[in-house]
Amino acid sequence: MIFLRLILTNLGRHKVRTMLSIAGIAFSVAAMLAVVTILQGAVGMFSGLLSTDSELIVFERNVSDLFFSSVPDKAVKAVEGWPEVDHANAVLFGVVSSLDHPLITCFGVTPRDARVAQATWIAGDKSAFGKTDDSVALGERAAEFLNAKLGGQVTIGHGDFTVMGIVRTRNGFEDGGVFMPLKTAQEFFHKDGDSSVLTVKLKNRGEIEAFKARVRREFPALVALEDEEFNRSYSQFRILKATAWAVGACGVLLGGLGVANTMIMSVFTRIREIAILRVNGFSNTQIALMIFGESAVVSLLGAAVGLVIGVSSILVLKGLPALHGYVDATIEPLVVVAVVALACLTGIAGALYPAVYAMRVKAVEALRFE
Amino acid sequence: MSNAIHEPVLVAVGLWKSYESGAIPVLQGVELLIQAGETVALCGPSGCGKSTLLHLLGGLDVPDRGVISVNGRELKQGRMVQQMLRHEVGFVFQLHNLIADLTLEENCMIPAVAAGTPKAEAQARLAELTRRTGLEHRVGQRIQKLSGGERQRTALCRALMNRPGILLADEPTGSLDEKTSRQTFELLLELTATEGMTLVMATHDRGLAARCDRLVEMKDGRICG
Repeated sequence: MIFLRLILTNLGRHKVRTMLSIAGIAFSVAAMLAVVTILQGAVGMFSGLLSTDSELIVFERNVSDLFFSSVPDKAVKAVEGWPEVDHANAVLFGVVSSLDHPLITCFGVTPRDARVAQATWIAGDKSAFGKTDDSVALGERAAEFLNAKLGGQVTIGHGDFTVMGIVRTRNGFEDGGVFMPLKTAQEFFHKDGDSSVLTVKLKNRGEIEAFKARVRREFPALVALEDEEFNRSYSQFRILKATAWAVGACGVLLGGLGVANTMIMSVFTRIREIAILRVNGFSNTQIALMIFGESAVVSLLGAAVGLVIGVSSILVLKGLPALHGYVDATIEPLVVVAVVALACLTGIAGALYPAVYAMRVKAVEALRFE
Repeated sequence: MSNAIHEPVLVAVGLWKSYESGAIPVLQGVELLIQAGETVALCGPSGCGKSTLLHLLGGLDVPDRGVISVNGRELKQGRMVQQMLRHEVGFVFQLHNLIADLTLEENCMIPAVAAGTPKAEAQARLAELTRRTGLEHRVGQRIQKLSGGERQRTALCRALMNRPGILLADEPTGSLDEKTSRQTFELLLELTATEGMTLVMATHDRGLAARCDRLVEMKDGRICG
């Protein structure tokens, strides 16, 4: 109890300094949580739109980005015909701009594709999708920002299209995207006879390995991966996740430097007190524990405040109309644990030098000074 | 930890100590033997080495040369000093050296926390010491609210918390007025006697020194009487 009192008493002596340290950790934790959660959410959404009603993705081997992948129609037709395949859907991804919006994701899909078939059609008739080449269905948010109405004309990139439907999906990319008939998309993006990916569902999951081997054998330029496998290995996802953690970790590191500064000042200004403790039998370990304890209290309080700020920020971002559907507010417990652990570790690391300094305080020298 | 009378509890053999790499000699071949239960006053002018000798005897500093034995064991830095400061030696300084932001109780509990004394046992000891020093009504007070005499008595309570056999006091009444000084010294002698402790006290006050069993005179880093 006295030990805890010593820790809290010291933190209470310089309230502003302590509060600033807590704020430093809090904002870094909030930033890390927000960045990691938002980017992981984005990755989750993108992988989610790939795995809609499928368990395997077939795409061009060794491409850095799926937008550059080409799966020829010949391969699509062949795979669709394989007996172990329940269904396969070719999808072509493209990005265009419109007058006020620099980036609009386009999905070239077939009418039976789950992205179209299973979406909630809030306007239009889904059975009409793909019947005419110049008609597109818009995601709800895309219709909103393109100011488009059912039956109206919309300019997307270099083309004008008729809006034949407006769909609502839970995926931000889809909700802010344009669904084109596959053929139309191939012409529009000058990728005649090619799709970006082929999403595949097998009749029997036990045949996944055999399917992958068959793709490797019959189409050496292509690769088939399970959804999970794809999420783990896709370089763009890995770069995004690594970036999120790196940016977040830099933030936490800055917070840790704040704690280090606080702890150094704290030790330097009470050398005499440390000497008194030593004269009264405190061991090096006890003195170090006291310093680390102070750092841990600052880090934990900072992490707690940071979690509140982080979660609130994510909820605010999720509520912004401009980001509707793009921010996934699902905060993974593992991310929370990792963020808090990183904050505490950084805080404790920041207390290392002050603790070593405190352990080296020579009681007799410190007591000579008033 | 009390000691039976006539056993040597503190022995210093050929102690040399200097500062600034030998430029300032402080102790020059000090020899001292202190029996258990003795009260010894170290007297001498400022700078004669009284405080330095006390610091060396308590393990707070290291001699350049010479050997110190405490309770029959040669004093070595590190864990031995730490254990000694927890259980065998208590220190009282001229300036009380209390932690101002803590209460009287919390200050006195520091040695008990260091030694891992069970809370109930430490509380009982604190109650006993504050009763004997007349501080029982000030237990929850912060140090800033105590008078000079009360602060020094608090420091005395803290030094005695773990029942050390040896009390090293460096001008324990030096910062007090004459009346409080006398009262505090009487208390110090009474507690030393009832606890069966050995007292080694550095002081300028010849009157106080005369009340001790033995007076050790120091001059220029040497014992001269």
